[in-house]
Parts: sequence; structure tokens; C-alpha cells
Amino acid sequence: MIRFLIRRLFTMAGTLVVVSALVFAIINLPPGDFLSNQIAELRATGQEASIAKAEFLRKTYALDKSLPEQYLIWLGVWPGPEGFNGLLQGEYGWSFEFDRPVGEVVGETLWLTVVVNLAAVLFIYLTALPLGAIAAVKANTWIDYLAAFIGYIGLATPNFLLALALLFYGNRYLGLPIGGLMDPEYEGKAMGMGKAWSVFLHLIVPVIVIGTSGAAAMVRRLRANLLDELSKPYVITAQAKGVPHATRVIRYPLRMALNPFVADIGNLLPSLVSGSVLVSVVMSLPTIGPTLLGALRSQDFYLSGFILMFVSALTLFGMLISDILLALLDPRIRFSSRTRN
Amino acid sequence: MQDHDDAEYHYVSPEAYDAEADLQSLDRVDLDAPTYVLIWRRFLRHRLAVISGVYLVAIYLALPFIDFIAPYAPAQRDADFIYAPPQTVSFLTDGHFAVTYPIESTIDLETFQAKFETNYDKPEPIPIFANCGPKYYLFGVLESNLRLFCPPEGGTLHLMGADRLGRDIHSRIMHGARLSLTVGLIGIAISFSIGMVLGGVAGYFGGIVDWFVMRAIEIVRSLPELPLWLALSAAIPANWGPVSVFFMISIILGLLDWPGLARAVRSKFLALREEDYVKAAELMGASPGRIIGAHMMPNFMSHLVASATLSIPGMILGETALSFLGLGLRPPAVSWGLMLNDALNLTAVTIYPWITLPLVPVIMVVLAFNFLGDGLRDAMDPYS
Repeated sequence: MIRFLIRRLFTMAGTLVVVSALVFAIINLPPGDFLSNQIAELRATGQEASIAKAEFLRKTYALDKSLPEQYLIWLGVWPGPEGFNGLLQGEYGWSFEFDRPVGEVVGETLWLTVVVNLAAVLFIYLTALPLGAIAAVKANTWIDYLAAFIGYIGLATPNFLLALALLFYGNRYLGLPIGGLMDPEYEGKAMGMGKAWSVFLHLIVPVIVIGTSGAAAMVRRLRANLLDELSKPYVITAQAKGVPHATRVIRYPLRMALNPFVADIGNLLPSLVSGSVLVSVVMSLPTIGPTLLGALRSQDFYLSGFILMFVSALTLFGMLISDILLALLDPRIRFSSRTRN
Repeated sequence: MQDHDDAEYHYVSPEAYDAEADLQSLDRVDLDAPTYVLIWRRFLRHRLAVISGVYLVAIYLALPFIDFIAPYAPAQRDADFIYAPPQTVSFLTDGHFAVTYPIESTIDLETFQAKFETNYDKPEPIPIFANCGPKYYLFGVLESNLRLFCPPEGGTLHLMGADRLGRDIHSRIMHGARLSLTVGLIGIAISFSIGMVLGGVAGYFGGIVDWFVMRAIEIVRSLPELPLWLALSAAIPANWGPVSVFFMISIILGLLDWPGLARAVRSKFLALREEDYVKAAELMGASPGRIIGAHMMPNFMSHLVASATLSIPGMILGETALSFLGLGLRPPAVSWGLMLNDALNLTAVTIYPWITLPLVPVIMVVLAFNFLGDGLRDAMDPYS
């Protein structure tokens, strides 16, 4: 198990390095950068003092160096103008648009992003597990067809419209709050019961929206797996021996069918995180999504680069956890690597 | 499967055996027909897939004739009918094939909101096959302003209402279909070519090449698509024309989609290489090119077509999301995502719900591609 963990951690670190290179390449794609644009503008209006500041920032953030050098400095493995000072040292760069460090700009949105995605994963498990199991046990009845229908809706409706519709009707008929992740009175306050409850109420609609398509895929997966298991001889043996119906389904077949269920969350995570970015923009949630959109629009590239890194790291970390869970759940995966080596 | 109809399997035809009978006729139950007949036969059994296929073929064939079918040009504005509601139409009344009832607008002087009321006393006949509106070029050469149906003389025909600039939503949905539907095709062509080459190389050479391709697949698959799409399309220079932006967006959509296809190609390659007929061809001295082209390709192309069909809707939704967020196609162009951009405003949606109508074709097309893909995937394996 330890060996599996170490190997898995190494792969993840390698992946993160490649991803960081990719992200850096992408954020440097647009011609020109925020500072050169700003300097040109300042020069045109003749504000020499500000130009000096911009030039100073250019030096500080090594924007006058070559791209590979900039990349290594950004990572923190190459001495920049201020020594080793990059992502690895916890220095995320400077947001030119907000004129503040990136760490300060993203601030609270980071953990709110994690909370929203975690809640979506929880929602997927809590709805997909019973729905999938029922759909399999009652295959080809109205309840099965209903699950399939909901699944197709989740598959084909663009997230953002589902968000608008749910916001509208949730607010009108259930009194669910619109927009944001907490009541304004709790903004910037310490965590407490009231704040937690408020966050919970605000989370309901976004989580349903983000989770629906994932839950739909999951229900279909679980249904197929469980149907396969249920037609195996050992289930019939159990039935012949008089094991009650519920036990007969839950004790062995469901556990067998759960394996791909856990593995799948890893595959779902990228689209889940994507969905949360989109939905956050529509519902103006204080997560990282709207900030990313703004940063991309204004070419604030340290900010967008950090957010892209964060989002990717979040996905990779989620996949790591799902792999570990899978290995705990299924000894075959733990041991297969050992026999191969 | 005990509850299957046993009679079906033990059916014996009372008719005499006819050795000359047409092997390809669709109603033969036996399996000695060519594979494509079997596939076709099996495909026809999926009602939903067949209907979806017909629907998709019909709308794709209609794309070149949109100018003729839609009653308005996409940019045609009517300042008096900003946010006008959908108009009523009734057929076979007053001796006309179809009539519409005019909408009269008045300004509410308290809220300064335009109020629209349908006047049912004044039916206006809708001209069929008439000349109206700005001229267009059919296939880029044939100049004409003949349209399938036109707004009545001096009146309007907003079947699905009008948007915030007084443009006809119905006509714009039809014009938007051009970009929204082709974006998926171009994107899939790109991801198909990348996936085929990388997957093929990995499967054929194996070893270190295979290792690298597999790692690349894992990395790309583990990245959240939308933020990267956003970042890439934010990099498109602002001074590019709508056509180049459109092509860039399709390329961007295709760039992140190939891992699934590459993996499918690779696993097919690995599986097929072990087949007896590939060994036989090798022993007979066939070149690798011939083995791949003549023996392996036909066997996995069908599967790839099915999985490609299943990934087109993802691209259509991707374009919709990008344009919706304002980083996709840009305004002089018309697409469903761009039209839905107006729906970002919750107040507008509440008062003028018809601006969300472009969603209906999005859902229908995505569902149709999914059903068609499911049916195709099932039919591609006729011997199971």
C-alpha cells in the first residue's frame, strides 16, 4: 500500500510539472502582456511617474527575461530578481489589474471553490447511489425510465440554463436565495453556525446544477454494473437459500458494483470543475470562476495562470484521492502493480 | 435470459429452401449477409436512433438553404418591436393558407415599458414563396430574395418573438444553426486526426512511444476542459474576423477532445494485431501499410465513427458555453450560444422568457446525437 501511495504521488508530481508548463505556455499565448499595454498607454498620456512604476514591476517580475527563464522563476526553481520566489515558495505573483498580490485577490474564493466542488461530489454520491441501485433492481419499470429520463435531461441541458431555471423557480416557490454563497451580513465574518447554515442554503441550487450531469452518468454506470452482478449464479444461490431481498442486493452485488463507481469520480472531476466554473459565473458565486474569466479578459496573466494551476491541481488531487479509495476498497488494484514489477 | 421468446429461436420457415434468394434482402433472418447489411438491419431496429438520424440529416441538409427558409435576415432590425412576444399564426382561415395577427405596441407611461397586444380582428395573410427582405446569395452565386414565407405586407412575423435589438429570434435560430452545427464537425475532424495518428502510433510501435502517448492522454484527460478552453480562446487576437475566430474556436474545441479517441484507436490496434487474419496477412508478406489500411481499418473505423458521433454534442455544448461567456464567437456572427448570451440577464429572462428559446434546438440536437451514437455503437457489432 505504501509503495502504491509513493508511486501514485510521484506520477501526480510529474503530471503537475507538465501541467504547469502547459499553463504557462497558454497564458503567454496572447500577443503582448498587461504591463506593456499599460506602459504604452501611460506613455501616450505622458504619465512618466507611473511608467517608472510599471518598469519597476516589469523588472521585479522578470518580464524582461526570456520565456523559459520566466517559467522557471514563476515555478520557483530559478533565482529571479528577488531570489527563489515562485509557486513553490507560496508566492503566486502579482495581479496587475487589482494591483495586489494574487494570493490576496483570490483569498477566500479558494476554499469556497473547494467547498462547492466537494458538495457537488457528495451530492452525486448521495443521489446516484440510491437511484442507480433502485433503477437496477426495478429494471424496466417506470422508476427505471424516470431515472433514464432525468439522466438524459442532465446530459443535454447546458449547465448554465439549468442554473437560471432553478434559480428562478427555486426562489419563487421555495424561497431559496439567489446568487452569492452567503447572506451579505456574514460576508468576511468568522465561521459560525449562522454562516454555515447560510452557506448551506446558498449551496443547494449550484450543487444540483453542477452535479446533475455527473449524477446522471453515474446512475447509468451503477445500473449497468449492478444488473450484471444481479444475474450471476451466486445471487440466485442466495435467493434459493432464502436470504432476504434487501440483504441479497446490498451485501455482495452492490459492493462489487461500487468499484467502478469510485473509480468514476476521478473521470468525472474534470467536467465537474469545468461545470463549477461556468455555473459560478452565471450565478455570481464568489468562487474562482468569475475571477478567472475577468483575468483572462484583461490578460492579467499571473492571476489567470495561478487559477488555472489551482483548478488543475484540485482535479489531480481529487483523482489521487479516488485512486487511494479504490485501492483501499479493492485489493486487486493494490496487488496488481506489485506482481507486475 | 429465460424470459425471451423461445419460439423465435426455434422458428422454422415452412417455405422451401431457395438457394437463389437474394442474400442482401433486409428481411432474411440468417447472418450470411455482408456486414454492412447486418449493421444496417440492426441499426434500423433502434427506432429512436433512426428518427434522430433522419432529423440530423434533414437539418444538416437544410443548412445551405437557410437564407431561403428563414423569413428574415439575421441582422435585420425592427426598432418598434424590441422584445416583442411571439406572434400567433392560424392556418386555413379566411381563404388563406396561413394568417398571422398583428401585434400593436404602446408605451406604458408609468413604467416606460413597451406593451404588446395582439389584435385578433385584423388577420394578415402570410405570403408563401414571395420576394421580400434584403437580397442574399444562394451558394454564394445565385442572387435572390425569394423566401419560403415572408412577413405580411407592412406587418411583422416574429414566430418566436424578437430580441433586445428587435431582431427575429426564429430567423436568428435558423441562421445560428450554421455555425453552431458546423463547429462540432470541424472540431471532431481535428480531434479525430490527432487521435488517429497518436493512437495509431502508440498502438503500432508500442514501447517508449506508447508510454509517452499514454502519459499525454492521462494528463490531457485530467485537466478541466472549460477553463483551458476559456484561456485558449482568450488568446485569440481581438482584431480577427468572425470566420477566423470561428475556425480557431473549432480547433480549440478539438484540441482537448482527442484523448478518448486516441485511447480507443490504440486499444483497437493492440487487440486487432493479435487477430489471426492479421497474422495471415503478415505471413503472406503484406506490407504494414496494407495490413493497416486494408485489414485493420475497416474493422475499427465503424467503432470510431460511433464514438465520434458521441463526442460531437460535447463540442456543440462547448461552443455554446464559450460564446455564452463572451469568449467564443463574436457578435457579427450568429450562433445559439451568442443568442443565449442575452439570457445571462435574469431580469430579462423573467420578463421576456422567449429569449431562451435557442436552448430548444441545442437540447434537441444534443439528444439526437446521443441517441444516434448509442444506436450506431450497438449496431456496429452485428454478431453479438
